[in-house]
Formats: sequence, structure tokens, C-alpha cells
Amino acid sequence: MTLWLDTLLILVFLTNLRLLGSSRLGASVRVVALQGVVLGLLALASRGGDLTGHVLFLAAVSMALKGVVFPRLLFRALREARVRREVEPFVGYTSSLLVGAAMLGLSLWVGTRLPLPTAVASPVVVPVALFTILSGLFLIVSRKKALTQVLGYLVLENGIYIFGVALAQEAPLIVELGVLLDVFVAVFVMGITMFHINREFDDLDTEQMASLKD
Amino acid sequence: MMIVCLVLVPAIAGVISLAIRSDALRRGLLIVGAAAHTLLTLAAWIRRPAPELGGWIALDGPGLLFLSITSCLFLMAALYSVGYLDREVQGRRQDFEEAVAFSNAPEARFTGSLLLFHATMTMVAVSQHFGILWVAVEATTLVSAPLIYFHRHHRSLEATWKYLLVCSVGIALALLGNIFLVVAASRTGSGQESMLLAELVKQGPRLDIPWLKAAFLFFLVGYGTKMGLAPMHTWLPDAHSESPSVVSALLSGALLNCAFLAILRAQQVCAAAGQAGFGQELLVLFGLLSMAFAAVFILRQTDYKRLLAYSSVEHVGILALGVGLGGAASLGAMLHAVNHSLTKAMLFLVAGNILAAYRTKSIAEVGGILRGLPISGVLWVAGFLAITGSPPFGPFLSELTILKGALDQGRGVIAVFYLALLALIFVGMATAVLPMAQGRPQKALLGGDEPGGATPLRLGSERVLAVVPPALLGIGVLVLGLYVPPVVLRAVHEASQAVGGW
Repeated sequence: MTLWLDTLLILVFLTNLRLLGSSRLGASVRVVALQGVVLGLLALASRGGDLTGHVLFLAAVSMALKGVVFPRLLFRALREARVRREVEPFVGYTSSLLVGAAMLGLSLWVGTRLPLPTAVASPVVVPVALFTILSGLFLIVSRKKALTQVLGYLVLENGIYIFGVALAQEAPLIVELGVLLDVFVAVFVMGITMFHINREFDDLDTEQMASLKD
Repeated sequence: MMIVCLVLVPAIAGVISLAIRSDALRRGLLIVGAAAHTLLTLAAWIRRPAPELGGWIALDGPGLLFLSITSCLFLMAALYSVGYLDREVQGRRQDFEEAVAFSNAPEARFTGSLLLFHATMTMVAVSQHFGILWVAVEATTLVSAPLIYFHRHHRSLEATWKYLLVCSVGIALALLGNIFLVVAASRTGSGQESMLLAELVKQGPRLDIPWLKAAFLFFLVGYGTKMGLAPMHTWLPDAHSESPSVVSALLSGALLNCAFLAILRAQQVCAAAGQAGFGQELLVLFGLLSMAFAAVFILRQTDYKRLLAYSSVEHVGILALGVGLGGAASLGAMLHAVNHSLTKAMLFLVAGNILAAYRTKSIAEVGGILRGLPISGVLWVAGFLAITGSPPFGPFLSELTILKGALDQGRGVIAVFYLALLALIFVGMATAVLPMAQGRPQKALLGGDEPGGATPLRLGSERVLAVVPPALLGIGVLVLGLYVPPVVLRAVHEASQAVGGW
């Protein structure tokens, strides 16, 4: 089982790197969708053999949302916006990858120093979770397009989800569903807002939104 | 059943108002929903309802206090919105700040979101489970976003996007806090119950301290973003200045308190684990930092709604400082939460009246409110005196209690900083607010006849629904300054004791 787990974690890690270096919006949406599906499998693999209905149900809901519903919502926003399909970063792709390498180093270092009270399934789970969180935050601050910021938010949420899978397995069903519902509504509301941003500014570029300041 | 009803009444009213077509019916439903909620809250004061749903939702001291603030404010806001929606012009119209045309979002969406916003804030107040608390706080962000984007122009859109993104990212970090809290509690063996507040407080001494500290940090940064603590407050001035004034009143008076309550819950657990000092030092730091940020931006402010927004940053700073100091200051902070909410909601509602009459948010372009809008003018000046902590209003009493708390513990340096910042903010607000009130009304007030413009408030003819809600809030602030009813004092005590204060 650990082999599966490690493979999935490495896949998550690779999706993060792909996002940092990707220049196409459409490809980025697909990578985030893939990451969502991998996360659902990760939740299953981390349980070893004992798959209860609770775990299966949650993993299915999570994969359906992150792998199918979110990409559809985002692709729709992208289609309606008819924007240039480029990410348009503040920080270039090569530099982003270098920052990614630095963040990975930081995550590995912190990961070895955290005093974990319970044994975790794999030694790389904490570093990968941290790396995913940091990648999400970096995507939010370093990209211009509103859509990329939503993707960053999703990646951040995914990182927290990995932490949850690794460390806190006994969360009640209602809470987990509530969290998923909130994330769903968040993406939905952000999607609607993006639609309006595009109509108002003729672009999804958040740099144009700079009239409010002191 | 009662606590469940508290959440369900506004939630169901909200869903219904999204569906019905008649504006009059929907406005009636808004008032009925708000009033029913207030009556239920009053009933909870008379007889405290027992915990429900296996203890997941309950009304304890802090919960009841913040629920009552929310409920009172919402009732006033509901009354005000009926008048507000009535005088809003339908269809596309000219923006008064820039040469762009815009229209409103459908009224059903506004009223529905308003009621759902109320339901989610109630959920925050009654949650006893950290997971549910998180879900509720995030939900408040999502349902209030359409409220900020009621006037569909690019400035409110920018504010909405910032609000959504900054708060969602902040609250996502609080989710990480939740996970760390589970790890901290994993040794206690409470299993599924381990995220209940009562259980965590009971197991306090057995919690894993480093993980608890990490959890508290993430809670403070995450919920602190929502509360508007500097330097995570960047969304706040934009959202408060661009949303309709009645929404600003709720954001400032009710929503910031909800996030504050979430931080208080985390502090309760810290205190139970014998780590009260850790949380308190951080709260003092963020509190003073917020006051300092606010002072700088208040001194050079040219927009009166942003002025009020930065004043909110100042006051959440005072709340954090009060709880951080503990003892008498913690009592003062709880009382201040009540006073600030009432005062700030009143000021934002009056700012809405000023905006409707003068059609500008610029401080320099407004003059002679006392003559042009006599009632709003008096409330504006009274509100300014109250919010800056002048006697005989409520905030004076609570800010003095916090000062006493600081001096009692011999923390003179903090007391000096606190007083100096309060004085600076007093000067900053006085130079902005008083010239607005004095002098003669300018032509802007009289020239409201251009086609497409909002119906202006005419000289000497203020609408009842525009002045009665802020006036009632003002009377409340005045009464709390002269005499704190024993029943309120008991509730404030109970809330303060929960976080280790008096």
C-alpha cells in the first residue's frame, strides 16, 4: 500500500511543478482536475485495507467535484471570457520553477522537523502537503488572471486536504461534506464573479482592478 | 429545537425571498424574518436553551452575546433596507463618481443573500464544533459577496473579488488550524467528539502543546483576516466602502464580531490547556498593530466610508488588545464588542443617508449636514463622539475598562501606546467629520433632479426608515454609556470569563 501512496504523492508533487511552469490556462485547469482525482485516490490508499462506506463516499464526492465539476465550471468561464489563453505571470515560468524548488527544500526541511504525535503512512506526505500549500499561495500572488488565482486557491485547498488525510482521519462525515460544499460554493461564486469581471473589464486580468486604494 | 429555529428562520426566509417576485412581499418577509429572529433571541435570554444535536450547537455566554448583537443589528438593518430599497432607482443610471453607467443586481438576490447572511452568522454564534464553525465562517463570506456587488460597477466588483479571494485564502488557513487542533487532541482519545469545544476545554491539560500553538497561530491569521486585523485587513476598506451602506453596517457591526468569536473559541482552548499567555501576547501584538495601521490611514483619509472602515480596523484591534491583556481588559473588550457594533452600524447607516443626499463619498465635498439633514447630522456628530470614545457614550466606558485592565497589570507601555493611538485617531476623525457637519449645505444637495439620479433626500424631509434605525442604535449606545443593565453585565461577564478574563 505504501508503494501506491508514495506514487500518488509523487504525482501530486509533479502536478504542482507542472502548474508552476505551465503557460496555458486550459492545461492548468486540466492539471488541477488531475490533482483532484489523485487526491481522492490518495484518501483511499491512505486507509490501507479498511475501506468503510464513509471513506468511499467522501472520496467519490471529492473526486467528482474536483475532477469533473470544477474543471467544467472553470472551462465554461474560460470559454465565455474568450480571453487570451495564457497565464500571464508576474513571475516568469523559469523563475516560478526555481521558487518551486526553493519551496520544496523548505517543505522537506520543515517536514522532517515536525514532531508528529502519530505515525503517518508515508514519510513524504507532510512535505508534499506543505509544498502543495506553498505552491497554491505562490500561484495566487504571482499570476495576473483571476482564473489562475482560483486555481491557486484550489491547490491551496488540496494541500490542506492532504494534511487532513495524513493527520486527521477521524473527521465526522457532516463536517467533511460541509467543507466540500463550501469549496464548491466558493468556486461557483468565484466563477460568477469572473464572468462579471470579464464583462466589466473585457479581460480576466486582475491588474486592471486597481482603482481602490489609499 | 430553539437553536435550530434560530438558524432556520432566516435561512428559510432567505430561500423563499429568492423565489418570490413581489418586491413588497419580499420586503415584508425580510422584516418578519428579522423580527422573529430577535424574538427568539430574547426568549433565549429569558430561558437559556439546552444544547442540541448532541452538543454540536449550543448557546454559551460568548455565543449568546454575539448572537444578540447580530440579531439587534440585523433588525435595524432590515428596517433600514426597506427604506433603502424603496428609494433605489431601477434600471441603468449614471455613477456619481465616474462617467460610467451601472444597474443594480436583482432585489430578490439582495434580500435573499441578506437573510442567508443572517442565517450563517447565527450558525457561527451557536457552533460548538470547530469543524462546523469553520464551515459557517466560510459560508458567511460566500453569501455576503453578492451583497457587496449590489451596485454593479467596476469598483464594487473589484472590492468583491478582493473580499472573496483574500477571505477565502485566510479561512483556508484556519482549516489548517482545525487539522492541527485534531492532531493536538489525538492523544486524548476522544475520537469523533474531539473537536467539540466543551470536550477540548475538558481535555485541555492533555492536549499536545506545540500542535495547539501552531493551530492557534493559523486560527489567528485565518479568522483574523476575516476579522480585519492588520496586516491582513486589505480587503476591508474596499468592501466596506463599495457595498451599500446597510451592508457595510452589517459587515462591520456583525460579521467582524463573528470572526472575533471564532478567535475567542481558539483562545478558550488555549486557556484550558494552560497556554493562555501564548495566545494573549499574540492578540496584544495584532491589536496594537491594527490600531497603528488604522491611525495612519485615518489621518490622511479623503473618503468618509473608508474612514469608517479604517475605524473598524482600529476597533477590532482594541477588541484583540482587550482580550490579550486579560483580566478587567477582557471584560472591557466584550463590552466594547457590543458598543462598537451598535455605534459603527449607526454611523454606516447615517453615512448611507449622507451619500444619498450629497451623492459623493468625498469628505471635502460634503458640508452642512447639520442644516441639510438635521436628524442625520445630529446622529453623525453623536456617532463620531461615541466611536472616538468620548463620554457619555458606551465606547468611553469600555475603552476606559480596557485601559484600567492594562494599568492594573502594570503594562504601562502598552497603555501609553493605546492612549496615544486613540488620541491620534480622535484628531484624525474630528478633522474629517466636524467640517462635514458644519457650515452650509452645498449645491450638490439641492440639485437632485437630473434624470437617472437617485432621489435625493430633501432639506428637512428625512425619511422615517432612514433615521429611526440609526437613532435607535444611537440611543442604545448612549444608554450603555450611562448605565449598563445588570442582565447585560452578567452576559458580558460570562463571555469574558470563558476566555480567562474577569
